[in-house]
Amino acid sequence: MWKWLHPYAKAERAYQLCNTLLPYFAVVSVLSIVVGWIWGLAYAPADYQQKDSYRIIFIHVPSAILSMGAYSSMAIAAIVALVWQLRNAELAVIAIAPVGAAMTAIALITGAAWGKPMWGAWWVWDARLTSELILLFLYLGVLSLYHAFEDKKAGGRAACILAIVGVVNLPIIHFSVEWWNTLHQGATITKFDTSAIDPSMLWPLLINILGFAALVGAMSLVRLKNEIMQADKHRPWVRQLVSRG
Amino acid sequence: MQFESFSDFIAMGGYGFYVWLSFGSCLAIILGLLFVSLYEGKRLKEEVKMQMSREERIKKAKEAEAQA
Repeated sequence: MWKWLHPYAKAERAYQLCNTLLPYFAVVSVLSIVVGWIWGLAYAPADYQQKDSYRIIFIHVPSAILSMGAYSSMAIAAIVALVWQLRNAELAVIAIAPVGAAMTAIALITGAAWGKPMWGAWWVWDARLTSELILLFLYLGVLSLYHAFEDKKAGGRAACILAIVGVVNLPIIHFSVEWWNTLHQGATITKFDTSAIDPSMLWPLLINILGFAALVGAMSLVRLKNEIMQADKHRPWVRQLVSRG
Repeated sequence: MQFESFSDFIAMGGYGFYVWLSFGSCLAIILGLLFVSLYEGKRLKEEVKMQMSREERIKKAKEAEAQA
């Protein structure tokens, strides 16, 4: 049943798969983000309470969702790498981590720039904000652990274990606004019974989420290509690829 | 369109600084990481190319030495 997957354990096939997928992710991300930003910034109505400052939502929410989404993908890759000893999965962990860290940083910075006019403070040690900051440290921890070892095999295993252990932070981030009394507002779009957001704002938000998801995919693919090539740079297939131009 | 003029759009109803700070830093982080990643790929290919031409030179020098 899973036999069709086996060839992708080979570095060359995985590299080719990245090349095949990359254009789709790139086109979807650029189109959705351009449309989503113009729609969100210029055409979505202003909020009745927060006026135009709420427009930060169109990058804050997508980046926050994707900071957790990227972490889940990284952790799944880490499990695959540890259980089946696939080097490509290990390289995927290292490829995704900086992209996830960038999403987390964007979520934190845009959150601060939204918090200042609305709460009167750039930063508060609120449960949601603090757990998101820990997520950033987890990403940086995975990356530095991988690079701290001279032996890449040992470094990869250590980074994968940290990535898996760090998953415990994801439900803490998600439920932080329910478990603790936070300044951060509760869920907006994941309350399926009564969505707390008007369709005129929901649509550009969903388009931006799609765009950010495709962007995380595209950037991870670019980085995974680099990691595969770096690991295999003495192999004949890389030399053929490079000399072909 | 929610805004009367371009300067209205930039002002964002008085929240311009915070809105453009968010969008600007978001764009800077994304483009920065993308640039670094693409540059890294380019540098890797050049490294492999250089290694190949180096090996080629060594091979030629050895051949010349054997003939002499």
